[in-house]
Amino acid sequence: MGENDTTQATRRRFLAAAGGAGLMLAVRPAKATPASMTLAIRRVVGEAEVKPGKVKLDLPPLVENGNTVAISVSVDSPMTPQNYVKAIHLFSEQNPLPNIVSVRLGPRAGRASISTRIRLADTQNVTAICELSDGTFWSDSKHVIITLGACLEGMI
Amino acid sequence: MARTLVNVPKKAKRGEVITIKTLISHIMETGFRHNSLGARIPRDIIDSFVCTYNGEEVFRAALHPAIAANPFITFHTVATESGTIAFKWTGDNGFSAAASAKITVE
Repeated sequence: MGENDTTQATRRRFLAAAGGAGLMLAVRPAKATPASMTLAIRRVVGEAEVKPGKVKLDLPPLVENGNTVAISVSVDSPMTPQNYVKAIHLFSEQNPLPNIVSVRLGPRAGRASISTRIRLADTQNVTAICELSDGTFWSDSKHVIITLGACLEGMI
Repeated sequence: MARTLVNVPKKAKRGEVITIKTLISHIMETGFRHNSLGARIPRDIIDSFVCTYNGEEVFRAALHPAIAANPFITFHTVATESGTIAFKWTGDNGFSAAASAKITVE
């Protein structure tokens, strides 16, 4: 019995060591950073100023599984041919790529509101930016805590 | 052909804002994951979604790998006239899928 215990312990130690080595060997993919998100935003808005307001980003503050996160964005706009939302963009701070989705709308949308499901790799800020027909940009950001990040390594 | 599911109201009043929900089965492989041998799994995503109302584009989305598997998109449009609302998804490796729904506007 005693011998068996030792074997078990050795095996456990070996497994722990192997697990640790595996973790160290796993290649972390490049992550987007707040700076690269800013860059991605600049690529969309150009030199224009992005003001907070008008946009409402709706996503849960605490998410268990980052593989599917329900998110919705709505913009306060009358959606008339004179004054409408041209585009809505979503950006992530910590995903491998800063862009999430970009949608194009027009006055025919009637209501500037979309929802979808996204992947989030880590606890981070998500930013929504909308472009109005008068050329102004408005934004909203939400902090979201992710318990289990979207799978970046290995098969599910 | 990927399975698609679209939800468009059958009837609407003229000028009414209708909600359209779309779902398509797709793996949306990000291109950042590795298989058990450590080889990178190539990216395979849907990168574009377009909705046309009687041939006129009313909504367009550019999707990135951060969209969850089986892309689900909800949006709105104004019911202007009776006809067909068509949906088209395109993506990597020549992926293409289409769906359409009839709407009667009174």
